[in-house]
Amino acid sequence: MTSRLLEAKSGKKVILLGNEAIVRGSLESGIGFSSTYPGTPVSEIGDTFSEIAKEAGIYFEYSTNEKVALEAAAGASLSEVKSLVSFKNFGLNVASDSVFPLAYTGVKAGMVIVVGDDPNCWSSGQSEQDSRCYARLAHLPMLEPSDAQECKTFTKLAFEISERFKTPVFLRLTTRVAHERGLVTLDKIVKGKTSGTFIKDIKYKNFPPHIMKTHEEIHDKLEEIEKFSEGKDVNKIIYPNKESKLGIVTSGSAFCYVMEAFDDLGIKLPVLKIGLTYPLPENLFKKFIKNLNEILVVEELDPILEDSVYKLAKEFNPKVKIFGKNGYIPKAGECTEEIVISALCRLTGKKYKLNFKTHRKKFRKIKIARRLPVLCPGCPHRATFYAARAVAGKDAVFGGDIGCYIMGIYPPLETQDFIFSMGASQGISHGIKKVSKQKIVSFIGDSTFFHAGIPGLINMVYNKSNPLVIVLDNRITAMTGHQPNPGMGVTGMGEQTKEIVIEDIVKACGVENVKVIDPYNLKEMMEAIKEFLNKDKVSVIVSKRQCRLLTVRKMRKEGMKIPKFEIDQTKCTRCGECVYNFGCPAIMKMKDGSFFIDKNLCWGCAVCVQICPAKAIGASR
Amino acid sequence: MIKEFNTVITGIGGQGSITLAMIIAEAASKNGYDVKTSELHGLSQRGGTIPCHVRFGKKIYSSVILEGEANLIIGLEPLEALRTCYYGSKLNKTVFLIDNTQIIPISVPVCNEKYPSMKEIVKNLKTFGKKVFVLDASKKSLELTFSIVSSNVYLLGYASGKRLIPLKRKFLLEGMNEVLPGNLFETNKKAFEAGEKDAHSKN
Repeated sequence: MTSRLLEAKSGKKVILLGNEAIVRGSLESGIGFSSTYPGTPVSEIGDTFSEIAKEAGIYFEYSTNEKVALEAAAGASLSEVKSLVSFKNFGLNVASDSVFPLAYTGVKAGMVIVVGDDPNCWSSGQSEQDSRCYARLAHLPMLEPSDAQECKTFTKLAFEISERFKTPVFLRLTTRVAHERGLVTLDKIVKGKTSGTFIKDIKYKNFPPHIMKTHEEIHDKLEEIEKFSEGKDVNKIIYPNKESKLGIVTSGSAFCYVMEAFDDLGIKLPVLKIGLTYPLPENLFKKFIKNLNEILVVEELDPILEDSVYKLAKEFNPKVKIFGKNGYIPKAGECTEEIVISALCRLTGKKYKLNFKTHRKKFRKIKIARRLPVLCPGCPHRATFYAARAVAGKDAVFGGDIGCYIMGIYPPLETQDFIFSMGASQGISHGIKKVSKQKIVSFIGDSTFFHAGIPGLINMVYNKSNPLVIVLDNRITAMTGHQPNPGMGVTGMGEQTKEIVIEDIVKACGVENVKVIDPYNLKEMMEAIKEFLNKDKVSVIVSKRQCRLLTVRKMRKEGMKIPKFEIDQTKCTRCGECVYNFGCPAIMKMKDGSFFIDKNLCWGCAVCVQICPAKAIGASR
Repeated sequence: MIKEFNTVITGIGGQGSITLAMIIAEAASKNGYDVKTSELHGLSQRGGTIPCHVRFGKKIYSSVILEGEANLIIGLEPLEALRTCYYGSKLNKTVFLIDNTQIIPISVPVCNEKYPSMKEIVKNLKTFGKKVFVLDASKKSLELTFSIVSSNVYLLGYASGKRLIPLKRKFLLEGMNEVLPGNLFETNKKAFEAGEKDAHSKN
């Protein structure tokens, strides 16, 4: 899809992913610099930049974490180069420490901060955060597109607002918008600056007393932005109708559900569609709610628009009844068209042809085996988890972290007893170990270690605790789609760079017990875990083996044969160790009670050979 | 021009549900329709379920299909078709097109959950639609292309042959060429044509 994004023809309509449309919008705005730390649902923004950066003549990097990514983009902007940084909701939490002062300093060239929320936690299990709250908290404007076309339009508007008002601008996506493909009309690509100069200015020194003056100025700036938005159609009233006594206020993908619901119910009501979530257009709200008796606010997660409607209604139309989070639209989970139809039916007395409740009830009666996400066949993490469980026992505490290895949460591995945030395995394990005598094995991935694991490890050494830390070094950031990290020696521009060696960092942090082990060597791994679990100081095993998916892809590309394994049915005692405790998805239990390796799925790690008590598994001929 | 047409494509990571959604979307756009697709990435990639929605018509706002409003549900795996069957309904005369090659989830051996028989699956699907086609898509694709990955375009060819999708053949092939260019197109075209042929020969 690369060529499409650099397509020069203005006016052409192409199908783009919401995330790709943001990259195109940036190119049409003259971007020169982009950075990210990958995270679903916005990983494809960085990946697309990585693909096209060289050809487009701009700079792109995968930074070590979101805070660094934000700071890098800010540095470029302060030096006259337009920049865009993207990360997921939790990434904004990491970056927030620098977001707040950046609102005070302001920017020089346009700077856009893309944040991806995930209502329904499709791929972000740690919370269902509504990042719109950050706009008010940080005093930064925020735009909220509804579809792929708006992803592009609003990216350009975000750059325009940023340049004009010298402030960074948030662009907030949700999974449904980021991962929607839709028709997008292309405009001309603008060649922007890729180099500039940092010109010293007192504004950039966040320090009292002038910081107090800046704080006042920010609020003035937000008022100006609100006025500016009045002249744009970023916020708009659709189907204006003075006769209608019921109106809808909505934003983001919820707007699309409202429009579809109208179509399915055969009604048209006035809609106030909000694209600029912060600062909200008070005059437009005033105009909209003036003649209404009832307002339905349709928004996902927190009642942000709704709270403003309450506030403004008190002033401009105190009698209006407001419906939304009071039993019409849920506060948790995704908003859906079904929810909107149900709410509209209750308020208008209309009836929809299908009863969703009985429809769902009928569906729930069907028993459907769960398809739990699993570690791939041959995944080195499975081998490490198996070894840790076998040695430490199931009563040991297994510290979890963020990455593919989160899949260790499921049976039969069950080696993620707590999951918080990037790097949190280290801090939590330390706290537990300081007050408990339990054995602790704390897992952290390579990219997560670089991202936020190092301070936690230093803390263990400095404050004297002794968990066993296992760094699952699979030589890639696998979960989000195989992006490079500092341990790999490759940059986001595809250039060679210095490879940062994890065991060297671990030693430099003051850890004395350090071993690097290939997890495919089960015996060696188990011996090391056994030895290190009894140490009185923190110990670290770097479990080093490339992500099997990558290895297999490489082998196929080079025409190499992937080894396959099989079970000798005459030796197999049907104990089930390979399925019940190891859980390799390539090993099946057959209807007659025997076990069988599916050769289409086997990726030849040979770890099952080592765990089989009957020595019944061997290489296929 | 039809008002709207809704397709659910479901399968597990690596089976090509997103690719098929992209092909249909490109074809719909070339056919002159507004089009939107919705897909879920991330956690679902690791052996989990990947449901995609494709909606095309005169004007499409939402990329997500309303429950009961799917016209066509393509299941690259039978259990996954069952998991999304509530997007279909008798009311909307939903048609199910499924590959009969089962991929057993780990919850079956490890958590003692049950993989239903094909008979049970088809029986349940029928309560959410008008017709269920069960096909040997993976097997056919393996014979033809030495890979099961083309089962998705085999099913597309079948849908086209049976006129289950209101898009011109020409545009479906152009869509395929756009998403799977070069050598990939030639291989996949074979699978598509095989699906078409089987659609004409079977009733």
